[in-house]
Parts: sequence; C-alpha cells; structure tokens
Amino acid sequence: MSSAPDSSARAVEDPDSAVAEPAEVAGDGQPEGAPATMPAAPRARWARSVWVRVGIGAVLVAVAVLVAYLRAGNGEVVGQAVVTGLLTGGIYGLVAMGLTLIFGVLDIVNFAHGAFLALALYITVVMVNEFGLYPYLALLISVPVMFLLGAAVQRFVLAGAMGKPLENQLLITLGLALLIDNGLLLFFGPNPQSVDIPGDQGVQILGAVATVSRLLAFGVALLLAALIYLLLQRTRLGTAIRAVAANEAGAQLVGIDTRRIFAATFAIGTACAGAAGVLVAPLVTIEPTTGELFNIIAFVVVVLGGMGNVVGALVGGLIIGLTEQLGALYLPGQSPLLSVFIVFVLVLFLRPQGLFGRGTT
Amino acid sequence: MSEERGTVAAPDTSRSELPKPQWNRHLLVLAGLAVVLIPLPLLLPGAQQSVAVRVLIFALMAIGWNVMSGFGGMFSFGHAAYFGLGAYVSAYLLVNHGVSPWIGMVAGAIVAALFAVLVGFLALRYRLKGAYFALSTFAFAEMLRLVAINSDLVNRAVGYTVPLRDEPSWWYMQFEPGAPQYFHLALGLTVAALAISILFLRSRVGRFSVAVRDDEDAAAALGIPVMRTKLTTIALSAAITSVAGTFYVQYYFFVDPDVAFGSSVSIQAILPAVIGGVATIWGPVIGALVLGPLNDVTATLLRDPPEALDFLQGRAGLDVMIYAVLLILIVLLLPQGVYGAIRDRLQSSRARRRR
Repeated sequence: MSSAPDSSARAVEDPDSAVAEPAEVAGDGQPEGAPATMPAAPRARWARSVWVRVGIGAVLVAVAVLVAYLRAGNGEVVGQAVVTGLLTGGIYGLVAMGLTLIFGVLDIVNFAHGAFLALALYITVVMVNEFGLYPYLALLISVPVMFLLGAAVQRFVLAGAMGKPLENQLLITLGLALLIDNGLLLFFGPNPQSVDIPGDQGVQILGAVATVSRLLAFGVALLLAALIYLLLQRTRLGTAIRAVAANEAGAQLVGIDTRRIFAATFAIGTACAGAAGVLVAPLVTIEPTTGELFNIIAFVVVVLGGMGNVVGALVGGLIIGLTEQLGALYLPGQSPLLSVFIVFVLVLFLRPQGLFGRGTT
Repeated sequence: MSEERGTVAAPDTSRSELPKPQWNRHLLVLAGLAVVLIPLPLLLPGAQQSVAVRVLIFALMAIGWNVMSGFGGMFSFGHAAYFGLGAYVSAYLLVNHGVSPWIGMVAGAIVAALFAVLVGFLALRYRLKGAYFALSTFAFAEMLRLVAINSDLVNRAVGYTVPLRDEPSWWYMQFEPGAPQYFHLALGLTVAALAISILFLRSRVGRFSVAVRDDEDAAAALGIPVMRTKLTTIALSAAITSVAGTFYVQYYFFVDPDVAFGSSVSIQAILPAVIGGVATIWGPVIGALVLGPLNDVTATLLRDPPEALDFLQGRAGLDVMIYAVLLILIVLLLPQGVYGAIRDRLQSSRARRRR
C-alpha cells in the first residue's frame, strides 16, 4: 500500500501520547488513583493516601526481606544484601531522577541517559588517571560539562523533534546513545578501565560491610537528590519547570519561555547523569557499554516511581537496588537483572502509572 | 502539542484524491528484481558477496519489524526476541537433534510468533501504549537474553556452534564458504518476506491493521476485531524476523545470547526501516542497502586511515557512529525515510501535472 500514511499522521491515534494514558488508567475508580489525576485534591487526603502507600511498601519490603532470609537461611547474607541494595539504590535513584525529570517536562523517553552517564565515567577516568585529580573532585568538571552538553543537545538536536510523534524522539535519543557509546569505544577502546579511591576500605554497618566509596556515593546522591527537590519546589526556575510539566500552553500564557525551560530541564537531567557517573566510577568496571546497564535500570526505576515523579524516582531507586540484591537470593544462578525485569514487567502491566501515581513532578 | 499534531495530519486527509495502491505493480517489480539479482554472485568477488548477504539479513529483519511497527503502528524495541528465538530454536534442533534448519526455521517461526502473541496480548490487554509498549517489548527481549545466559539447556553464554558437514547440502543449508547458494538462499527468503508483506497489506487483515493503526476507535466502531488484528500483525512480524535469525546461524555458524537477543539486534531491525522509510514496502530494503555496506566501508577506512585519522587505526565503533548520525539526521530531516521522501515528491509532482 504505497499510500500508507506516514508516522506523523499516525500520531492522531493518540494525541495525548503516553502522558495521559497512565492518568487514565489511574482513574479507573480506585480511590488511591485520585491524587494522581487531581493535583488539587485536599492536601490531607493526599498525604494520608501517601502514608498508606508508604506503609504498604514498607510491609512488602519487610516480607521480601523475610522471604529472602528464609531462602538463604543466613542473616548475614540477607543483611549484606539489604545494605548493598539500599546503597546502590540511592545511586539508581539519582540517575533515574534525571531521566524522570526529562520525561515529565519534555515528554521524551531518553535512551541516551545511560550514555551520558558513561561519558561522565570516562571524564572521571581521564581526570583521575591523566591529571591525577582526586576522584570526587571530578564532580566539579563533570557536572558543568554534562549540564552544558545536555543544554546543547536539547537546543540543537531534540528541539527539532519537539511535538513530533514519540517514536521520533525515541529514535533520536537512541541515535545519540549509539553515537556516544561508540564514540567512547572509538577513542578509549574496549578495554575495561577503573578508578581507584586512595585509602578506600570496608566499613561495618549493621553487621554488613560496605566500602567508604559506596557510602560516599550514596550520601552524595541523596544530597544531590534533595538539592534537586529543593530546586524544583523553592526556586523560580523550579516553579517554572513544574508549570511547564503540568501545562505547557498555560505556562506559555503566563510568560514562561518554554524553550528555555526545556533546555534547562534537559541540562539538569543530564547533569544528574554526570554526577552519578562520577559517583559510581570507583564502584564499577568502566567500559563503553557500562551506561546501557544504568539506562535499563533507570527506566525500570522511572516507571516504578511514576514517569515524571522525582521523589518516586528516588524511592523507586532504593526499591530496585533492593530487588536486584534480594533477587539474587531468590533466583540463585540467575542474573540479578532478571528479577529487576520481572518487577518491571509486573509494574508495567499492573501499575503503569507507577507506585505513587503520576504527580506533577 | 496535541493541537500541532492534529494540524500536521490535516492536509493528508483533505488531499482530494489518494493514489490507489498498486499491489500488482509492486509484485511485478519484486519479481523483476529477484530475476535480475540471481546472477549477482557471478559478478561480485567473494568479500562483497558477504556484504550482499548481510544486506539481505538486515532487510529481512527490518521487513519483519516494519510489519508490526510500520503497518501495525506498534513500536517494537524488542525484535531481538524474535530474531533470537528463530536462531536458538533452529540451532537447538540442529545441534542436539540433527533436525534440518528448514524444519528448524518453521519451528522457530512458530515459537517466535507464539511468544510475540503472548507478549503482545499482555501489553495490549493492559493497554500499554507508546513508550510503555516499546519498553515492555524491550524488557521481554532482555529477559530472554538473561535466561539464555543462565540456562544449561541452551549452553549458557557459550551458545551454539553449527557442526560442519563433509559435503554441501541444501537440506542442511550448508555450502562451501562464500558459495553463491548462500546469497540465493538469502535472496529467496527476502523476496518471499517482501511478497508476504505486500500480500499482507492487500489482504483483509492487512487493511484492518492499517485502519486500526490510523484510528483504533473508528476501526472498532466499524466492527474490526482490533485485538485479533493486532495480534495477527504481531505474529506475522515476529515470524519474518525469526527467519532472519535462523538464516543468520546457518550463515555465520554461530550464535550466543548477545548475538541473538542483545539490544543491538533490536536496533538493527529498526534502523533499516527507519532510514529507508517506516510503513513503506521498499523502505526496509533501501535502508538495508545503505546500512549493510557501511560496516565494510569504515573497516577499510580504518585499516588504512588517512593521516589525520591515524590514531583511529584498527579501532571499532566508527561504523555505528555513522549509523547513529544517519539515524538522527533522517529522523530530523526526512521523517518519512529515503524511500518515503522520494515517493512523496514523485506523487506531489504527478498530482501537479494532472492539475
């Protein structure tokens, strides 16, 4: 059929794209979905339903830990898994915060997020191994560089696809991811690299062992997450970002320069990946494809926390960190990622609006 | 944003007369091409023949992807699952039970189609759309990869190596290395897949599928069985891509979880279709013609680089970088793809002449 309508015509099928969809699902008459669809709902009710959900979540986590204990039959193993899981989860949360922010405001499913993280990893490698910089000081370079890169990418590449069908943006970010990953492969080669923290050692916490670098990464990730939250809630820029996420046309009407906000949001999201890259550099083997793994996990976290929900992303990160570690106990011999995907698919099918519904950032 | 999309589509519907699809002409062109290409191996030296085969494998994968994501409008980011199932089922049957790859190909296609229907049913049942749908297909492909890596049944990360035979055999799809039969086999499979996709579009289900893609509610209101139409489309798409997987194993003698189910495989199914033109019959083939040889061009370039690029000698990655730039440029500048853009230009100039 040579007259098959092209992809731009196809977009008519779902003019509201994926954003409206979860809200619709949430509105199926479950009372708990209400705060997601009606941001103006009374605050008390909203708070209560959040606490109910936090309670349910806590119970589920407790059950998961208990079952893991019964399966492993060894408290130390489970304790170690919980501590490692939570510490890693904090970093997943930071990565996912950037991704979810971009999704919430620009409506872009950003496949290049992991690649940005990989780029930050290599910035760290170069800074540490070539210039002898202390690893965490690479933050001072990586974050601004990634911020500018994000702004440039949004301005010069993605801006041309704003408002186009979802597939177009997905394909462009996919192209960016391939470009960055293979650029790293081209310049640095496939050999794994590593970053050592001088004087890194194990520390006892709650009967489990964690390295100082892991603890630091967790702490800084939480700190940065809090900063982003404050930025969104307390500053003019943050208010503008939230306004654009809630209603683009409305934001334009009250005089917000949406193009600037789009660029700023993408830049902040990318800077999150930049910060996370420096923080995980001492913890992982650094290869051009390392970013892919984080990309996959960040997607899972974002869907779990609700696309566009920044706090949800942090909580989702902790949950996925735990899932990965406990999953290794549930399904011994399988890749820990498998349990992450099982949770992912379940969440996609049962609660596509995420555990916390879809808040307006 | 939604208003903008509405206006973009509006001129299409208001166009006074839509050109009539000419199935027979497409089929005739296809038959002509097939005949013309048969003597190609005689003209090409051995190394370039393998490039031609790779082009055909790319085309086959993309033709399959195009059925589901182009004509069916369901964006798949997990066609590696179907490619991999085609590869693994046939390899398993051949290596462990000595079953001919022809039977393995049919078995692989059936398994892939069933898996696709299951995944598709779940995704559609829970009304996943857009990004969520794409992510769910991706998740299932990754799960297959992870399961394959950790299953003794399919040799874990090692995968399968196809046993070598003493003499060439059509029944076991094995010939002398670089034999023209490989090209003919791939050509036959690709031509068959193209013919099937043309016939599919001409068929009732195919027209239903396009109608459902363009307006699901209107289609349902006309009594089109939406779910059944979508699942049929998905099954056909998976089956075509799985055939590419089966052929891949027989041609390269080897398969492992990353080669079969890796996310790069899904990307390889998407790229030719997007570059050539999504939802066009010839788009995937044209895209494959662009992408297939790139690999060798860059490899040659890097083996003996010009002075300025000396430091890149022997490095990998440049070919995919070029794919990536092409992909971004095509999506930004020619969202209809190469074939789609040419076709639209021809149609509009023809319409002007008529006026």
